[in-house]
Amino acid sequence: MSADFLADYLTTFFPRNEDDPSTMERQAEIKSAVSYIANELLENAMKFNDETSEYPIAIKLQLESDGVIFSVANSISPQAVDKFQAYIHQLLTSEPSELYIQRLEKNAADESCTNSGLGLLTMLTDYTAKLGWKFQTVHKDPEVIAVTTMVQLTV
Amino acid sequence: MAMEINTQDYQICYDPATATVSFIGSLRLSGPAEYAPIAHFLTKVADMEPTKITLNLQQLEFLNSSGINVLSKFIIEIRNTARVQMAVQGSQSISWHGKSLRNFQRLMPGLQLEFL
Repeated sequence: MSADFLADYLTTFFPRNEDDPSTMERQAEIKSAVSYIANELLENAMKFNDETSEYPIAIKLQLESDGVIFSVANSISPQAVDKFQAYIHQLLTSEPSELYIQRLEKNAADESCTNSGLGLLTMLTDYTAKLGWKFQTVHKDPEVIAVTTMVQLTV
Repeated sequence: MAMEINTQDYQICYDPATATVSFIGSLRLSGPAEYAPIAHFLTKVADMEPTKITLNLQQLEFLNSSGINVLSKFIIEIRNTARVQMAVQGSQSISWHGKSLRNFQRLMPGLQLEFL
């Protein structure tokens, strides 16, 4: 799985010392977090990608001294932009852990739920990540809009 | 009656003697439709009406958010019956367990959570 590969590769930059168990634990934690976040971002990119455009999905990982910044870019249908931006606004202005429980309760009550809508929320609640988004119009006529989702994970 | 789901990436099995559902491996199915057989499996366990159901996640190395949703939904359903107790077993050596399993207790305050 590509997320696991990214996580494995990244942990080579956080070397572990066989004599110091805390470095082994830290490496395992980083690997687990990177794997989870990369997987969720890639799943989202593939789900929400605008099939009618040929804009590629791209993932970038940036290593910092205290963490990792993920950027995933995908195209998004122009009709979906407003709804997505409204969701982003909700994410940024609500208490994530409350929103998380609300969403779980709502999903449990809704038989027709097709998307859990939990990926970004769990990054906030379980991984205390910071999120950011960039929207760009990459082409007019036909309109192609790209969104880049950025996640900052401190390790 | 042995109940199990066996795939290359994950195995799920139910032990009726202890009313324990064990999850082993890595679960990253793409959404509710792909998780339907697992949701159905859990419903069959609940239908047997044990006094207490234990979810043994000690060997669940990876779970994506859609999977968290499925397990959470099951826990909510059990909570709403108000008849069946729930326990979840995690592992001390799997990082995401410490981060994410406590949320199950927020959904169902009486849920027993232990890290083995």
